[in-house]
Amino acid sequence: MAGQILFFALAVTAIAAGVGVVWSRSPINSALWLILNLFCIAGLYLTLNAQFIAVIQILVYAGAIMVLFLFVIMLLNLSEMPSVTRFTIARLFGFFLVMGVLALLTYAVAAGLDVLPERIVPAAAAVSGSPSTLARSLFTEYALPFEIIGILLLAATVGAVIIAKRKPV
Amino acid sequence: MELSQAYTSLLSDMGHTIPLILIVLTGLVIVLLDAFKPRHVSIPYLTALVLAVALGLEIQTIGSQGGTAYYELIRVGGMAAYVNAVILTSGLLSVILMKPYLERIDHNIGEAYALLLFSITGMMVLGSANSLVTIFVGLETMSICLYIMTALIRSHKGAIESALKYFLLGAFSTGFFLYGIALLYGATGTMMLPEMRGAVAVSDSDTMFWAGLALLLVGFMFKVGAAPFHMWTPDVYQGAATPITGFMSTASKTAAFASLILVLYYAVPAETWNGVIAILALITMIVGNVIAISQTNLKRMLAYSSIAHAGYVLVGLSAGTGAGYSGALYYMLVYTFMNIGAFGVIAFMEFDGKEGSEQRLDSLAGIGYKKPVLSVCMIFFMFSLAGFPPFGGFFGKIAVFAPAIDAGFIWLAIVGVLTSAVSAYYYLRVLVVFFMKQPDGVYDFDASPVPFSATAVIVLCAGVILVLGVAPSIMEVTMSFFSSSITTTAAVLP
Repeated sequence: MAGQILFFALAVTAIAAGVGVVWSRSPINSALWLILNLFCIAGLYLTLNAQFIAVIQILVYAGAIMVLFLFVIMLLNLSEMPSVTRFTIARLFGFFLVMGVLALLTYAVAAGLDVLPERIVPAAAAVSGSPSTLARSLFTEYALPFEIIGILLLAATVGAVIIAKRKPV
Repeated sequence: MELSQAYTSLLSDMGHTIPLILIVLTGLVIVLLDAFKPRHVSIPYLTALVLAVALGLEIQTIGSQGGTAYYELIRVGGMAAYVNAVILTSGLLSVILMKPYLERIDHNIGEAYALLLFSITGMMVLGSANSLVTIFVGLETMSICLYIMTALIRSHKGAIESALKYFLLGAFSTGFFLYGIALLYGATGTMMLPEMRGAVAVSDSDTMFWAGLALLLVGFMFKVGAAPFHMWTPDVYQGAATPITGFMSTASKTAAFASLILVLYYAVPAETWNGVIAILALITMIVGNVIAISQTNLKRMLAYSSIAHAGYVLVGLSAGTGAGYSGALYYMLVYTFMNIGAFGVIAFMEFDGKEGSEQRLDSLAGIGYKKPVLSVCMIFFMFSLAGFPPFGGFFGKIAVFAPAIDAGFIWLAIVGVLTSAVSAYYYLRVLVVFFMKQPDGVYDFDASPVPFSATAVIVLCAGVILVLGVAPSIMEVTMSFFSSSITTTAAVLP
């Protein structure tokens, strides 16, 4: 029961944040809403016992990629979008109607083609997706590629510094 | 799997890969050393020393039985040791040529040597890989380092342009490569090359497998600079610093070809794919040799010549036999000495201030009498590249053409010989300009003497080419060793 409450709380927050991304007129606000959305999805992963993916979700998306987004927004110096033209009851009604029909059609097509997603079993995810399983194969079976990738990243960093330095070496 | 047991096995495997570990650690030390003491005088010497030590260790293990290490991810001994030795030779010779060159253009930075060592790490992993994972990781490490090394001379716009082209096209080809790996894994369910062969025999008409292999081949053809994926080669070779170009054109091709040989040998039944390789070889030889004729810049000409040589090696691979593969590996040894020598010579004949990227061949008229030692060595390199008998290049070509004839690709060998005849024109034109032409204007020659170390390396390359040419028994020893080594390792592996 507690799990379901948690799920619905996270899901509703995620959807609300998603709406916020589209709704807000300032790009910075959109980006901040997106961060909230990504955090909620990471929380959903946690409820599914996929701790590793949850952490990676936060590190990669909420961390690295969002920083890039913000950099680009600030560098381009985007101004606020003009506000929506006019808000009428008819438009709101139309929106919900179209979304409802879309959802219904998608469900009907997916069910007809028999491609509805299977219910995943959290226990299975716990075996293959847990950090300790990953770490174990990363540091034993794939230790060599892991170390070489470390060298690769170092070389890329060194190269970026050489190429980007303002004063010629 | 017990962790302590796993670490014990990893630790014991480290004993088999001491050269690799030495190279990596020295690279790290140089990065640190350069951070605290920029351009420290010991960095080039340290690099050369560790490369020489690693080379010695690898040569000792060439005779040993091939095996695998690190959970069968890479191979050690036998063929892997040979490939590593060729790569390390290329690195060692290039470092000795790089030092005076970079000092002259005031770019003798420590990172250059660290990146060289890191790229050699990638090449060694690539050339001795036993799994698609290691192939990819090695390939990327090598490529990233080479992109940066191309852009090393930042003040020169040509170098930046080359590096950007190389990076963008290289990233694109990496996409092909990775997609190919994904499909191959999906089709066979394994990343290990030796296990793939068994998987494909079961599902012979598996489209996913062949699509994956085709994409993988595109990636490889890009890295070895074979037509029609050669477009980056001339621009990159022309823009990069000349000794680095020599290193790129030899070591990276050796590693990529060795890895391609492993893939073709283990994962693919030769009879289904050797026709494709043969056609690629045909196109590559014709494109490389014909376009090279019209080049007026020496570096650009040598770039097209290196495309042509990739074509010759592909002729050997198209045979799909142990003899063909070993011939290709032998060719890479000869090619390493020829090309490093040739690029070394032109590295010390540049006076356009743009690393020779805009210097016309005609401006070198009569230089044969001003720099006699280098020019005489150039005679060796040019004749050997053209494939004339008393030099190593001749036996290299026999080593790759003969297996193709045995495999029934007589037309391919005929085209190979004909294009070699075409290549004689542009190779010998260099010598004509060097010795038999008068300069048509006053050029600002760099009259300063060539450093002794560089001269020694170039003379050594010329000497080795002559030795490989007058003592073909060396080739037979190498060849018989390789044909047996590949089959024995195959028998040992499951």
